[in-house]
Amino acid sequence: MATEEAESKKVPTRPSRSATPRNKSAAAGAKEPAELLNQDDALEAALERADSGSAHGELVRIPLEGPRNPDALDERRRSDVNEWGRSEHMREIARRIYNPVYKHWFRVEWEGLEKIPEGGALLVANHAGAIPSDAPVIMHGLETELDRAVYGLADNFFRTIPVVGTIWNRLGGLPAHPDNAYRLLREQDQLVLVFPEGTKGPSKTYSERYQLRRFGRGGFVEIAMRAGVPVVPIAVVGAEESMPTMFRVPSIAKALGVPYLPITANMLVAGPLGLVSYFPSKFKLKVLDPVYFDVPADRERYSRSRVMDESEAIRDRIQAALYAMLRERRSVWFG
Amino acid sequence: MPNTPVAPTRLARRATDAVNIDPDGPRRRVLVTGLGTFWGGRVAQALEANPAVEIIVGLDTTEPTVELERTEYVRVDANYSILSRIVSATRVDTIIHTFLVMDPTQMSQRSMHEINVIGTMNLFAAASAASSTVRSVIVKSSTVVYGCAPEDPVWFTESTPRSRPAREPIERSLEAVEGYVRDFAEDNPHVNVALLRFSNVIGAELETPLTRLLQLPVVPSIFGFDPRFQFVHEDDVIKSILFAFDNDLPGVFNVAGDGLLPWSEVADLCGKRTVALPPIATGLLTSPLRRLGFLDLPEEYEGLLKFGRGVDNHRLKNFGFLYEHTSTEAVEAFIRAVRLRKVVGENEPSYRYERDVEQFFRHSPAVRKDRRQA
Repeated sequence: MATEEAESKKVPTRPSRSATPRNKSAAAGAKEPAELLNQDDALEAALERADSGSAHGELVRIPLEGPRNPDALDERRRSDVNEWGRSEHMREIARRIYNPVYKHWFRVEWEGLEKIPEGGALLVANHAGAIPSDAPVIMHGLETELDRAVYGLADNFFRTIPVVGTIWNRLGGLPAHPDNAYRLLREQDQLVLVFPEGTKGPSKTYSERYQLRRFGRGGFVEIAMRAGVPVVPIAVVGAEESMPTMFRVPSIAKALGVPYLPITANMLVAGPLGLVSYFPSKFKLKVLDPVYFDVPADRERYSRSRVMDESEAIRDRIQAALYAMLRERRSVWFG
Repeated sequence: MPNTPVAPTRLARRATDAVNIDPDGPRRRVLVTGLGTFWGGRVAQALEANPAVEIIVGLDTTEPTVELERTEYVRVDANYSILSRIVSATRVDTIIHTFLVMDPTQMSQRSMHEINVIGTMNLFAAASAASSTVRSVIVKSSTVVYGCAPEDPVWFTESTPRSRPAREPIERSLEAVEGYVRDFAEDNPHVNVALLRFSNVIGAELETPLTRLLQLPVVPSIFGFDPRFQFVHEDDVIKSILFAFDNDLPGVFNVAGDGLLPWSEVADLCGKRTVALPPIATGLLTSPLRRLGFLDLPEEYEGLLKFGRGVDNHRLKNFGFLYEHTSTEAVEAFIRAVRLRKVVGENEPSYRYERDVEQFFRHSPAVRKDRRQA
């Protein structure tokens, strides 16, 4: 009975302040149920009540969960699919299949890998190729070279395709929702990869190669600021030539309900097989210096102009790095 | 310990131990809606064990299905037209609103609307009357209100808006209910309003569309999709309602166990194989099965079987609530109960509500009121 009493007494322990800001900021950022959530006085009162409970007896403080390891799984589980849908087992299979492609087909070379910080970081890269080849290269590369998981945020469209969507999710892909990025970066210190160009990058034609598109509305900067992590820009050379889009067929794309429908050089050469085969262009990736924002994390809003300026500056740096790398490149196939 | 099923009474005792009851303080007068339902009955049972609760009034259209000691049962019609009279006559200070239909397969759309929307409307009309003594309201809602779409985040927090407008009747119905809750909270700042949103509830006793799916010979899934599901154990549901009651929690709270399980793994835990339904025109294929009664798959589950849904349970945890079960443990508790039922059959408790007997126990001078202390 004694243990039960002790157990019951720790129920109203007051949570430490550090554990609540996330919910507070979420509450303040709310649109719809804000009225209910914003009963701040009532919330304070409840905290007080919970606190006054502590005055009555010896309270055992429950250690609040720190950054949790998403890979730590309940031993009762039957599969190793973690809370994000990523499966280490599936990753392992994918690594085994993809490694020859990475090493011998694309012959990937990295520069500046040591610049990737220890904790959480938002990786930002240029996006290219009709079916982009850069995402798997970056994810596989960092996983094998640094032994760190990378979560890729992508268009929700992926999630609606049967089989592909599920495999993509098991391999570490997630819908690009700010909440997903925040939780991964802020609470779990993970590496998160985004392509701020979105589908505008891969849908551009070969004649526009290595010309960065608009970086969305700078949402990635805002996420990094809120999560208090640096943005690490990565310039990728090679993806453009691995599956170049010759022209687009918007009318069929619309009829099929897909974001874009490219006719690629691969298709012209290999027919339908071209959908799944890349040209063996030489991949070179350069990690640029991380960008730290000296703003407090967990704010509801950040200055729009500041966000846009930072976003534009990062875009310019990737663009400049791309031009520098292209100046040095002698051959598309041999680097 | 988390594996042993907790009897409701024990649960209640533990929950009440947690608060520091002032023996001379005011005792609470509680109104529970949906007394005849699984939730209302169990909440009332747990409240009876709480000495800080002076009276419990239970409303429902049907008689209670669990044995109650001192709860007063009032039969009402589905939309509570006499509610304001009950509230003013009993001078209750707390309303626990559990009478919301979450399972649309069990009744027509019209009666669901009648119970959920009109019932809640009348309840809040009564609670906000000028003479109302209500100071605390707890509403049992569902994470169904977040909807289910490919744009969804992996975890919904209490303030994440839903990605697409509500289309299914149950979603629209609960949205309307939450609208009344918000309006009431805004108009009555002196009333503490807690809105608890429960994710997929599973456990030893409760029957839902999901538990029915998991008891089919093969579990339906949608080809190419393996969505992740979150579960909450039925005991944790009761525990969280009592926790909100004891601590007067304000605001919206998600209630869901830790962890998300792929649907294939849920089926595997239950020892079942899955059978894939085609990903397009799923409704077209399943509707004849549904009409013939072979398959009990409400339309909103098609979305769920594609994209799943996860909710963030940190807000409630930050107030000190401890879950007894993770999602996996909740499913395991369910499957253990299913195995037992397979052997011993439906072991329904033989309780039947008899008005005269209950009246005797509550109001006859022959019954010693202090018998529970003895």
